[in-house]
Amino acid sequence: MSNNEKPQKTTDLHIGDAVPGCKKKDPMLVIDHVKKTFGGLTAVDVEHLEIPSGVITALIGPNGAGKTTLFNLLTGFDTPDTGAWSFMGTSLSGVPSFKVAQMGQVRTFQLTKALSLLTVIENMKLGAKGQSGESIFRALFPGFWKKQDEDIEVKAMELLKRFKLDTKKDDFAASLSGGQRKLLEMARALMTDPTLVMLDEPMAGVNPALTQSLLDHVISLKGEGMTVLFVEHDMHMVRHIADWVVVMAEGKVVAEGPPETVMKEQAVIDAYLGAHQETDLGEVTGRINIIKGEDK
Amino acid sequence: MDWGSILNNTLAGFLTPTTIAFALAALGLAMHFGFAGLLNFGIAGFMAIGGYGYAISVLTFGLPWWAGMLVGVLGSVVFALILGIPTLRLRGDYLAIATIAAAEIARLLFLTTAFTDVTGSADGLFGFNSRPDGSGFQNSNPIPQGTYGFGPFTYNEQTLWVLVFGLIVLTVAVWFLWALMRSPWGRVIKGIREDEEAVRSLGKNVFAYKLQALVIGGVFGALGGIIYTAAQNISPGVYVTSLTFFIWTSLLLGGAATIFGPVIGAVIFWVIQAFLSNLLPALSTSGILPVSTTQASTLRFVLVGIGLMLLVIYRPQGIFGDKRELTFVK
Ligand SMILES: Nc1ncnc2c1ncn2[C@@H]1O[C@H](COP(=O)(O)OP(=O)(O)OP(=O)(O)O)[C@@H](O)[C@H]1O
Ligand SMILES: [Mg+2]
Repeated sequence: MSNNEKPQKTTDLHIGDAVPGCKKKDPMLVIDHVKKTFGGLTAVDVEHLEIPSGVITALIGPNGAGKTTLFNLLTGFDTPDTGAWSFMGTSLSGVPSFKVAQMGQVRTFQLTKALSLLTVIENMKLGAKGQSGESIFRALFPGFWKKQDEDIEVKAMELLKRFKLDTKKDDFAASLSGGQRKLLEMARALMTDPTLVMLDEPMAGVNPALTQSLLDHVISLKGEGMTVLFVEHDMHMVRHIADWVVVMAEGKVVAEGPPETVMKEQAVIDAYLGAHQETDLGEVTGRINIIKGEDK
Repeated sequence: MDWGSILNNTLAGFLTPTTIAFALAALGLAMHFGFAGLLNFGIAGFMAIGGYGYAISVLTFGLPWWAGMLVGVLGSVVFALILGIPTLRLRGDYLAIATIAAAEIARLLFLTTAFTDVTGSADGLFGFNSRPDGSGFQNSNPIPQGTYGFGPFTYNEQTLWVLVFGLIVLTVAVWFLWALMRSPWGRVIKGIREDEEAVRSLGKNVFAYKLQALVIGGVFGALGGIIYTAAQNISPGVYVTSLTFFIWTSLLLGGAATIFGPVIGAVIFWVIQAFLSNLLPALSTSGILPVSTTQASTLRFVLVGIGLMLLVIYRPQGIFGDKRELTFVK
């Protein structure tokens, strides 16, 4: 994938050397000694990690590295054995997941959770925060919420257009394809106007053209001051939009830094990328003859 | 066979205090299961608490009828909270088990001889609808003595009063559920039915919403019990688990995730019941059905069971449910 124009990257985020656990100038999430074990298996064991504010951070690592588990811990969907973490200076240990989301730290799931028997537009509207019609007494009288609901619908439709789902507005979410559900979930999370949005493999199963346009959208979110933390296995995408990359392996943070440098680190290549990352897969397996020097 | 009387009795099933009581209880289940996805197999317990709360308040504590009914409703709120607070955090199927158990506990408490003075144990309670001091439900009957209506729909002033009162309560309940389910509150509730975690991830307090839904549905169940009790004596033998399943049948007939479905479902259920309970014994007397008359009248419960099975297999969304839902049944 060749990019015509490079998106503006934010640099100079850290203090000192870009080593695992390094301090950030303006951290949004600060994680200390967070450990989670499942029986004998240590899924997450993070000494210290800071996620910088206002930029796009990628969390990468091999399957089973503990990325999703870390997401679950940070958003209150799971409780760690030990450890503490804070979001914009507020400690989040023991805070239930819905409160974490209300504070502006919103996540999506790797295994999509579309609300099947709600329509696409209902899915979206559910995301909006601070709806007065969600309190049971005011719910009875539309006077309290009709206007707000219409505004929410307008906003939802704008996002749906962006995500190419506007024509599906009145369909049940259950009727969407896998990739469309992924998109719906991301759009729904954005309905909450998050401060920090945590996306677990947002582009898995989304077609290349749409991925491009959504990446641009993610970059524009950053422009609006939103912080993005995402898990992704597609290294093109990581290189393209991430300002900062955190690499996990076997529960630990093994490297972090700007994408250009971190992907050259031996530890990252060994643990995750493999030695052939620059080569075509066909060449690696020897099944396809690659004509060198073309299209690069 | 006397087809005239069979038809007459069948039509009478359309509008009885029992039909209204079933409609209310089924509406409660629609809130629980159809909209919030809470598996409540203890609706009979909520009904019993409503009915007994009313009867006991009037007989033992001398409250006027409307205060007694309020006590019945409050009792169901407390019951829902006791049931919900420990179990709503668990997975749905555990709630189902807990509700069956809780309904049985409630029934056995009304049945045990330990509280005979208050509950009447197996004999139940009577004489609370008309009070010598004029504070009973029938004492407030504004309808003059007489017979009203026509054909199968002929009622005396007492039954008519229960019907009028019951229909008012039912109308309010239907409006309440409709108003809630078209609102953003209803959207959250339906979201919870589909996936709690997703709704939680959007910042909604799922537990509080589930508790609200449990209480509202429970109150509808209690109102059903109260209307049922306002028309007759109360006895613990009514509030057995099979009552719960009859209410479920009514609900699924009409459509679990609909507003009018439970009401129509209750009507259809009782019309069919009335039809079968008249037809089957008549068939047996005239020798067409090779069973005794008593066997014939219990046969209808077998048929109800088969009907329920066919329903969930072939039309799980009910008569009024959205056809599209069928495609996506999990
Ligand atoms: N609920 C659980 N019970 C037991 N083990 C678990 C559980 N959840 C995760 N694990 C284990 O924890 C480890 C980390 O899992 P996790 O889902 O966080 O990986 P991941 O980095 O998200 O991987 P992937 O890239 O494949 O999504 C894995 O070895 C997994 O088997
Ligand atoms: Mg994962």
